[in-house]
Amino acid sequence: MTERATSHTLDGNAAAGLFTEIFGIDVSAVSVTCGECKGSAAFAEQSAFVAGPGTVLRCRGCDHVLARVVETPREVWLDVSGSASWRFPLPDSKAVDSQQPGQ
Amino acid sequence: MTELAASGTRPRTKLTDQRPRWLPARLVGLRSETSTARTLTFEIAGWPGHRAGQHVDVRLTAADGYSAQRAYSISAPSDGVRVSITVQRVRGGEVSPYLVEDMELGDQLEVRGPIGGWFVWTPSAKAPVEQPVLLVGGGSGVVPLMAMVRERIRLDSGAPFRLVYSVRDAASVIYAGELAQRAADEGILVELLYTREAPEGTLRPAGRVTHADLATPADAGWAHRPAPRAYVCGPTAFVEHVIGSLRDLGYSDHSIRAERFGPSGD
Repeated sequence: MTERATSHTLDGNAAAGLFTEIFGIDVSAVSVTCGECKGSAAFAEQSAFVAGPGTVLRCRGCDHVLARVVETPREVWLDVSGSASWRFPLPDSKAVDSQQPGQ
Repeated sequence: MTELAASGTRPRTKLTDQRPRWLPARLVGLRSETSTARTLTFEIAGWPGHRAGQHVDVRLTAADGYSAQRAYSISAPSDGVRVSITVQRVRGGEVSPYLVEDMELGDQLEVRGPIGGWFVWTPSAKAPVEQPVLLVGGGSGVVPLMAMVRERIRLDSGAPFRLVYSVRDAASVIYAGELAQRAADEGILVELLYTREAPEGTLRPAGRVTHADLATPADAGWAHRPAPRAYVCGPTAFVEHVIGSLRDLGYSDHSIRAERFGPSGD
């Protein structure tokens, strides 16, 4: 992993507000699979860059760009071409989560 | 929409019930925590409530239209339309100096939230024995963890809690008074680990968090329990260091939830 990805990076939590507004459902627990290394991790655990003109989500494993968002006064541009899949847990599946205390 | 989706398995509304929007927020409470951190309480009309560990995005807009936004953890349990955040001033930051030094009661800004369904704690009400919780915070990373401690107390949960708080020195401790009080509570362990300068009488020498600091306590409340879940929050390098230690101690990736902030997260 690059130095940038380990020392000056935020994680997906910092980008979750923007993506959650776009998708209309919480994204932080979404499992995002990288289109490059095929590794999966929760959106919240990926790397995020929010200081530039846009917001970039990168793979925590290989630093590949997973998703990008640019907001202008007229539109929101979303590019998810770097990710292979997004698995959205449905809100009522949290009950399952809490029944697996060892997980 | 209430009709079932084509597959017939689930109402579509399940996917669209929590979209956060930018809402005007008015400052109604201030509390100084350290010389560089303070807690700000806002009233936000239309606030839907939140869970312990969630955060908000805060947006400031100047008269010329320039705007800057940052994410801040909510520090207290859900309380009607009131939302509190604790902010650490970052030198040279765009947003935090205003929040910590300049913003006055009655002033307004915009808030989007609540955000996050990953870094949250809720009691495992259906489990026969509640899962122990290890909270590890570095610096102002203690803020969402404090929200979890306060939620545990509010709900009178029996989950064993242990807060390990890594902090530069005694003067930098946020929530110092309340933490001293919580340490006396049944089922809550509070440990302050000083990284630069330990107060006189502290047995542990100042230094960064070690494996020994994180090992599960032999405390009776932690025995015969499911494996703990860990919540780790702090600067990115701190979080990665702690996660590495927790893995060495046998924590699975599924049992660790983290939130990282860095220089641009002021």
